[in-house]
Amino acid sequence: MAPTRLVVIAWGNESRGDDGLGPAFVARAEALPDPPGVRTTFVADFQLQPEHAVDLNGGDLALFVDASRTATAPFEFRRVEPARTATFTTHGVAPGVVLAAFDATFGRPPPPAFELAIPGEDFELGEPLRKRARGCLDDALAFFAVLRGDTSAGAWQRAAEARAGVTPGRP
Amino acid sequence: MAMQVDLETAPTQTGMRRVAIDPVSRVEGHGKVTILLDADDRVHQVRLHIVEFRGFEKFVQGRPFWELPVMVQRLCGICPVSHHLAAAKALDIVVGATRLTPTAEKIRRLMHYGQILQSHALHFFHLASPDLLFGFDSPLEKRNIVGVAAEHPDVAKKGVLLRRFGQEVIRVTAGKRIHGTGAIPGGVNKAVAKEDRDTLLADAYKMIGWCREAVALVKRLHFANVGLYNSFGAFRSNMLSLVGHNGSLDLYHGGLRARNEAGELLFDRVDYSHYWEQITEEVKPWSYMKFPYLKALGPDEGWYKVGPLVRVQNCDQIPTPFADAERREFVDFGGGQPIHATLAYHWARMIEMLFAAEEIKDLLHDDDLLGGELVVTGPRARRGVGVIEAPRGTLIHHYRLNAHDQVMRANLIVSTTHNNHAMNQAIRQVAKRYLDGRTVTEGLLNHIEVAIRAFDPCLSCATHALGQMPLEVELVDAAGARVDALARHGDGSVERRAE
Repeated sequence: MAPTRLVVIAWGNESRGDDGLGPAFVARAEALPDPPGVRTTFVADFQLQPEHAVDLNGGDLALFVDASRTATAPFEFRRVEPARTATFTTHGVAPGVVLAAFDATFGRPPPPAFELAIPGEDFELGEPLRKRARGCLDDALAFFAVLRGDTSAGAWQRAAEARAGVTPGRP
Repeated sequence: MAMQVDLETAPTQTGMRRVAIDPVSRVEGHGKVTILLDADDRVHQVRLHIVEFRGFEKFVQGRPFWELPVMVQRLCGICPVSHHLAAAKALDIVVGATRLTPTAEKIRRLMHYGQILQSHALHFFHLASPDLLFGFDSPLEKRNIVGVAAEHPDVAKKGVLLRRFGQEVIRVTAGKRIHGTGAIPGGVNKAVAKEDRDTLLADAYKMIGWCREAVALVKRLHFANVGLYNSFGAFRSNMLSLVGHNGSLDLYHGGLRARNEAGELLFDRVDYSHYWEQITEEVKPWSYMKFPYLKALGPDEGWYKVGPLVRVQNCDQIPTPFADAERREFVDFGGGQPIHATLAYHWARMIEMLFAAEEIKDLLHDDDLLGGELVVTGPRARRGVGVIEAPRGTLIHHYRLNAHDQVMRANLIVSTTHNNHAMNQAIRQVAKRYLDGRTVTEGLLNHIEVAIRAFDPCLSCATHALGQMPLEVELVDAAGARVDALARHGDGSVERRAE
């Protein structure tokens, strides 16, 4: 049986304090071995952009990881759907836009995708991760290890509902 | 010269109301437009505020100079390569590398044109094309990349893949997609692998074809609504850019050339190592960002714009055939006068994207990329200036070192700072035309966003975008009370927030 191809895309600026939570997540997560039946591809970038849709090509399941100013500690985990958003700059897009770009590029729906939002509080230049952010990162990594134990979209959906109390299909 | 500065400071603030457009997050990037109205609801004052690289020049103080080409990439997630190369160029002077080896210079150029291509593709296809294809007042749920994908799937797909191609060029030359280490003081740290070169070359001709289609698309849009495109946010100004030493378009290296609003040369091919003899900066109490101007003309007459619209007109020719043919058509469209239309930035940007694709193809055919001497050094210096034409315009890095090879002082003038006054002018024109009465309309917000998008200002780059609310419009009366407000959330929804 072919392994589940999991794509993890994280982003952030490591020079701006807790904004670096996404890259820090990847740095630690990719050091861990894949469980049986799973092959994980990690992508760490400075900003999330539409061309990350290409990274999702061939993936069975996607996880977006970012710092968040509004997420509840220790982290939030939810389903992401293709989005319609507008911005006045090119400085980053939301995960839903990447999923929409996937559809546009490949002419088929993107893989099931989820978002792991890790709360940060200090985003100033030159600052390291705050202690509270590091604690949330530890919890998020432990949760990710559990997620990788069952990489079916249904299992992740149930995990999202259990954590956030959301109904199926709600982003 | 009749420069338009009349609206920057109102003659009196008595009896006026303020309209403020204010993105919520200060850290991710803070932009704010204030519009001061008189008692008759006429626009008297407009100011654009953007917080950019707060503290970065101080952040690099005390760091060893060889760290800078990697460290400065964290300034911007859109054009990290521009900062990487501008810093490396400045530090070439520090290590005495007044002339790079052919291999080093060509690899750096390839990296830079990959950056230009990916940045211009992102800007046009993702940010600008929804406005241009659907109209500025079309519903927001349609005016985005999803809407483009639904009605123009080929455009959306090519936008993503052009951007990806540019990123691959960067990866091959810089070593990584982000925080690359390719350029080092005095040269580069590795040659291009033949298999990487061949992979890129296999796609290069297709990319040129797609870029030609993009130029055709933007021209078609411009010609379809010439009246709007020529007048929207239009203002006359001086123009500044690098040009190659033979007057050609060269985005990697050259001398400074400035023209006045009529297109007449003010200075030409000036050595940028003493840029401060030509350019200086004014501080204004209401803005975090400085206002550069041409020293000889003074702050009132000497402000200028930079970027694609300038570069395509400031050069004498473009050294690649398809792009030069497009440049000639662009210049002819001006009928002997410089084109100052803000929306013409998009047309010029696509000509530059085509130029970048052609340059990439030509460079990929050059076997110097594959090996040879990578680094040169010479007599050391304590000061270095590097200038490059970044996607949005002229980028200056200036470093002074102490005896321990640590950065003592740094001065960075980024494209958005050069365009500070120009962006204010564009928004003033839009506000005069579209603001009416005491209500903050979505139409006003849309049109101001369109004007800002043409320049795509750099914002300070932290990226914690989840849950952010990008923009708020607020109407405040003369007494300071908010009478109306409009917020656009991160998901595109709009909320009116009257007190």
